[in-house]
Amino acid sequence: MDGHLAASPLVEVCGCRQSYHKDSTSDVLVLDDVNLKIASGEIIGLLGRSGSGKSTLLRIVSGLLAPTAGEVLWRGAPLKGPAPGVAMVFQSFALFPWLTVQQNVELGLEAQGVGRVEREDRAEAAIDLIGLGGYESAYPKELSGGMRQRVGLARALVVHPDLLLMDEPFSALDVLTAETLRTDLIDLWMESKLPVKSILMVTHNIEEAVLMCDRILVFSSNPGRVASELAVPFPHPRNRLAPDFRQMVDDIYALMTRRPAKSSPAVPTPAVEAGFATPMAPVSTNLLAGLLEALAQPPYEGRADLPALAGSLQLEADELLPMGEALQLLHLADLADGDLVLTDAGKQFALADTDERKAIFATALRAHVPLVAAIRRTLDERWNHRASAVRFRDELEDHMSPDYAEDTLRTAISWGRYAELYSYDEEAAQFSLEDIDTAG
Amino acid sequence: MPLPLPSALTAGRRLPNIWDLVAVLCVFAAILAVVQVTPATFQPIDAPNATVVSLDPSHLPEYALRTTLRMFAALFASLVFTFTFAPLAAKSRRAGIVMVPILDILQSVPILGFLTFTTAFFMSLFPGRVIGLELAAIFAVFTSQAWNMAFSFYQSLTTLPEDLVEATRAFRLSPWQRFWRLEVPFGMPGLVWNMMLSMSGGWFFVVASEAITLGDQSWKLPGIGSYVAQALDDKNMTAIWYAIGTMFLVILAYDQLLFRPLVAWSAKFRVELTAGATAEDPWVLKLLRRTRALRFVGGSVAVVFGFIGRMRLDFSSASKPSKPATPTRLGDGLFFISVAVVAGFAAWQIVRYVLVHDVGLADLAEVVGLGFITMVRVVVLIALASLIWVPIGVWIGLRPSLARSIGVVAQFVAAFPANLFFPVFVILIVRFRGSPDIWLTPLMILGTQWYILFNVIAGASAFPGDLLEASRNFRIGGWLWWRRVILPGIFPYFVTGAITASGGSWNAAIVAEVASWGDTKLRAHGLGAYIAQATDEGNFAHVVLGVVVMSIFVLAFNRVLWRPMYAFATRRLTL
Repeated sequence: MDGHLAASPLVEVCGCRQSYHKDSTSDVLVLDDVNLKIASGEIIGLLGRSGSGKSTLLRIVSGLLAPTAGEVLWRGAPLKGPAPGVAMVFQSFALFPWLTVQQNVELGLEAQGVGRVEREDRAEAAIDLIGLGGYESAYPKELSGGMRQRVGLARALVVHPDLLLMDEPFSALDVLTAETLRTDLIDLWMESKLPVKSILMVTHNIEEAVLMCDRILVFSSNPGRVASELAVPFPHPRNRLAPDFRQMVDDIYALMTRRPAKSSPAVPTPAVEAGFATPMAPVSTNLLAGLLEALAQPPYEGRADLPALAGSLQLEADELLPMGEALQLLHLADLADGDLVLTDAGKQFALADTDERKAIFATALRAHVPLVAAIRRTLDERWNHRASAVRFRDELEDHMSPDYAEDTLRTAISWGRYAELYSYDEEAAQFSLEDIDTAG
Repeated sequence: MPLPLPSALTAGRRLPNIWDLVAVLCVFAAILAVVQVTPATFQPIDAPNATVVSLDPSHLPEYALRTTLRMFAALFASLVFTFTFAPLAAKSRRAGIVMVPILDILQSVPILGFLTFTTAFFMSLFPGRVIGLELAAIFAVFTSQAWNMAFSFYQSLTTLPEDLVEATRAFRLSPWQRFWRLEVPFGMPGLVWNMMLSMSGGWFFVVASEAITLGDQSWKLPGIGSYVAQALDDKNMTAIWYAIGTMFLVILAYDQLLFRPLVAWSAKFRVELTAGATAEDPWVLKLLRRTRALRFVGGSVAVVFGFIGRMRLDFSSASKPSKPATPTRLGDGLFFISVAVVAGFAAWQIVRYVLVHDVGLADLAEVVGLGFITMVRVVVLIALASLIWVPIGVWIGLRPSLARSIGVVAQFVAAFPANLFFPVFVILIVRFRGSPDIWLTPLMILGTQWYILFNVIAGASAFPGDLLEASRNFRIGGWLWWRRVILPGIFPYFVTGAITASGGSWNAAIVAEVASWGDTKLRAHGLGAYIAQATDEGNFAHVVLGVVVMSIFVLAFNRVLWRPMYAFATRRLTL
């Protein structure tokens, strides 16, 4: 594809920062210092965990969102609002339920004021191209998920965009449907039938990125940064089972599980508070227990290669990584070089019965999760052994976005309940020591 | 069938605050303003026979048509109001802060008690002409319809699905295109449902507003309502049955020709991507879809609307990227100061009115006392209606085929203006010398009890089948079944119906606590009777006092009882 590279890039993102404004204290940073150039004729993947800011970057490029700082150039000129040469495919499809397939596809053309005859011709062409011929008069609710996303694709292609943006376009589909759609899209791309110059896609699926993209930007989380940039050297069509392909997937797993560099000097945060405010993804204790058991058993015997583990447990990287990180946070397992390794505590946990497991989990929580420790300490100190959750949420929100704070608090509630460290009354949003054996 | 919520509930996600106070002051001051510009005497209407009602049944078709036309004129006005007020409140943060509480208060004002003033007001605009009376009637119906429709649309506008909004922006639709392509369709199911509730209430109002008495003057605007009023004066029972029969046909036609098709059609705009079990199309919609000529007409309408929706009408340049809006301090400051000035002026007007008209604490105490009497009536009625209709509704709701047909009948009955039936009750009370304090009371809930029934039916039909099977499996029966299984399951639906019923009952109190049959006057003790009597005597200050106190009762009732109940229901009793 290198021959197609034009002299000036389609899009240039320079030093973009995006922060979430918080009134009381400093802003919470979502995206930090991102630079990106998109030339003609390439497919670029933004790969990262949920919440790493990759979707935010996509919206900045699309002109839907203005960056807090930095600049976006569209064909050399600053971008002001959604550009005419950009079209977007949504994770949720974003089809209008009250419009037929044909009307949904025509929507972008209507907005441009294209006449009826041309509009219908172009829409039909796009519908045929994407393999939806015959469904023109159907409403979205009559279609399967895969068909719906085809409508989403046709709607984007019909405006002949220079840049096609795709926000996790296949993640709401089942495995087989997603694969069919991916290969169909790549085939059209290779045959130069797609009326687009470049594609920028967001994904959390490592294999999908390696399968489709020419270039992959791997994002690290909190705040979102481009951790590394990789060129994918394989020609299309790519073989998922080729050793080189597997190796690349392995390498990216390793990249994504690499421990982040300790907090950079640019964001000075006291060490204690940073620990208190570690964002936690809501992973259920059942899943954690199941994963520990699977790890302890053959064939893994305490050490598992993440891509292989993901494959055998039928989990995506985006699902497995938070579980691995939760175990790492609790010191029940270690993430290193794309492997998940059981610690001694983790082994004990896998062999223990229910009550012992709760005890091990409680010890791990109090030792390694400052938030849970702080909640329990507060309850112990209060005469009535009660504490409002609001207070902890407020403290968390000083360090992270409200969504993260909510997730983190939910996780602390659920883990603490499992470990029987405290009770929680949802109605009153209150922690307490009711029904808790405090002797231990 | 999932029923959209009455707006009085959904507005309750916020705590009462200073803006509510501002809204209360503004609304009450506006009421006073109307009262004060109302002249005390009127020129007679010039046109001969324009306000004469004949009891000859051959006039009934014409009267029915006139009543229906008033109804639709008001509906049209309500739609225009909805499409201007709601977008303004939803799109402008500052406007929304004031407009939403005002709407909330307006919903609670029993406008029926206020009919006299609005009539007088409109007549003074067009002295000596019938058009003033007509406008007054239309305005009365408008005030019974507009608020909850606007609220429903406002609610939709603030809950637009984020991804669809992004899609319209990414594909660069102009605001005008977005309005017709996204915002109106998305709000359609809720709006149609609220239109139906409004229309049901509207028939009640149009009937009440056609015969107006102010002091010793009275007017009758030809229509079904004035026909009934005339029949009451003449003690003509046969005429009353004619009127009821005519109204039955009118409501039947309106229900079958307009409402069933509209509700079925609006289901297409629900944002759900599963092809759920869709009910069969009503016959009118089938006719529209299958008959070539009618389809052509429908198609042409669609083309016109499509054309309107496709126009860009974009006055600004390219749409801008959304930036977390940082409000300008200066703008906010100016806005708050002007609101404070208006609220202060309103408060001063109210105080001045009270001082000038010498409304003392004694009056207030009397009115509040009467308010409590009426409140006891409402509470007792809702309790009684619930005792009767909840078991029946559950029984019907658990039998799907029955539920569908009875549900439709209940909605139809709810639309029937119950005030047409009042004379029948009055005659019975007069004949059997019943105590008005007790026997006039059921009239208040005559028209609104059906909301409880059809909401309970809807709740019981939506009750998950596996839970029913589980309870049968564990052989849960008797009172335990009611307490642990079905009552919690239908509770959110019940609250939805009960709040509509109680709101309607308050309003109906004004016409239900007094009744007459020829020269015989029946009068119960209560706030409604107080307002009605003050109107008869032309005592404006007392009418205003009564209306204001009743508004406050309704507001408090909603805030203290229904909203917490509903909040509890959604928090604890939904899956």
